[in-house]
Amino acid sequence: MERLAALPFAKSVEIAYKSIRVRFFRSLVTTASLVLAVAFLCYVQVVNHIATGLLQSGDPVALRALVRAGYDINGITAIGESAQQQWLVSLSLLVCVVGIINAQLMAVSERFREIGTMKCLGALDRVIMLLFLLEAGMQGFAGSLLGVLVGLLAGVASAAISLGTIALSGLPLAALAMTALQSILVGCLLSLIGVLYPAIAAARMEPVEAMRVEQ
Amino acid sequence: MNEHIIVRTTNVTKSFQLGRHELQVLKGISLKIAAGRYISIMGPSGSGKSTLFNMIGGLDKPTSGKVFIDEVDIAQLDAYELAWLRCRKIGYIFQTFNLIPVMTALENVTLPMIFAGTGNDEAMERGMELLRLVGLDQRHSHRPSELSGGQQQRVAVARALANNPAIILADEPTGNLDLKTGEEIIGLLKQMSSERGVTIISATHDFKMLNVSDEVIWIRDGRIDKIEQRDELNISMGTIE
Ligand SMILES: Nc1ncnc2c1ncn2[C@@H]1O[C@H](COP(=O)(O)OP(=O)(O)O)[C@@H](O)[C@H]1O
Ligand SMILES: [Mg+2]
Repeated sequence: MERLAALPFAKSVEIAYKSIRVRFFRSLVTTASLVLAVAFLCYVQVVNHIATGLLQSGDPVALRALVRAGYDINGITAIGESAQQQWLVSLSLLVCVVGIINAQLMAVSERFREIGTMKCLGALDRVIMLLFLLEAGMQGFAGSLLGVLVGLLAGVASAAISLGTIALSGLPLAALAMTALQSILVGCLLSLIGVLYPAIAAARMEPVEAMRVEQ
Repeated sequence: MNEHIIVRTTNVTKSFQLGRHELQVLKGISLKIAAGRYISIMGPSGSGKSTLFNMIGGLDKPTSGKVFIDEVDIAQLDAYELAWLRCRKIGYIFQTFNLIPVMTALENVTLPMIFAGTGNDEAMERGMELLRLVGLDQRHSHRPSELSGGQQQRVAVARALANNPAIILADEPTGNLDLKTGEEIIGLLKQMSSERGVTIISATHDFKMLNVSDEVIWIRDGRIDKIEQRDELNISMGTIE
């Protein structure tokens, strides 16, 4: 018996892309919690970066604004996340992963028949796995991008409100760009972690098992 | 007979574990199917037709016994060989059509070609040709939800033919169709069998299938009840009427 060649990567990307484009609303549900978590992560860091920028400027007006806003600036050179903020961010990321796992499990079980059919047409386990990972990667990227946008805007707005318009003069652009990049990476990673178990379960399924499910 | 035997099963049994009980669905099926024939597997609902279909198609493993496709024991195949068998050698048609809902008719038909490594242009061209063959080339950009049941099944027939398989396995292909569209699908299958020499193996309890079959394997309660050739069939049909 001959052996089937591997599906070209570009083809897998194409199939995955079409699949999420057509299932746009399903994808939205899956990524909703990711958008929020990434937005929150990004928001917290943006506010801190702006405060740090003001602190390091040494401008007395800026320092007064910081004190008025409740920052304790004695003897520090940068404003990092408070223990409470770290705790909240971690918690929101954790909740987000659980949310994604849940949403992806549902999405996968809605597609059992499709998975079984694809296997009958010659899809290898790893092809099914790759398709789900690619879909999650794309959803993760799009969701994180949106989350970062929301987080950046909310962070800048919140800094402007608590610190006054001085916060907007000389935004630490490099630091903000870095935060945006990091947040997107974290978002993609979370999306991939969230889909891992559902994708493995889908890929391992025998075609008959997958197609027996009433839908 | 010096015909080419394309499917052979030897004493195939299949049991399912239901709680503490074991349900034996296939109780020793041995059959030989010659290449190019139109075979109907007939039997009442629950007699084990779909289970046998899954065994022959390499979609499930027998509890005991062996299935040979072209004299290769399919239990010995690795994942890549099994995928090749499912992709190139066998075309599947299901009662519930099983088209990929997010793909257009053309994309559904070309998917097995893509899996087989066929280039884009060639796949598109052959996909359109197959859609023309089943009379749906005008609907190539429609999704399954925009097609009627009969049209979906015709797309499924085109998809089953994508990689020029030697065997088409059909499990109750007319089960969800009305009389007229069911007859159209049967006609298409018969046409494939006579024009392309594809071996058709169809599980069914649709008596319309009898007219076109070269051979009918009657299954009852997990065993072969009788095997009738076309000429014998006409006689017994004649006596029924
Ligand atoms: N995966 C399974 N687990 C348990 N019982 C099964 C399973 N698949 C089929 N059966 C049982 O096997 C019998 C035969 O089923 P099937 O092959 O689908 O019959 P047919 O296709 O002839 O109607 C039925 O009683 C069915 O309930
Ligand atoms: Mg059945």
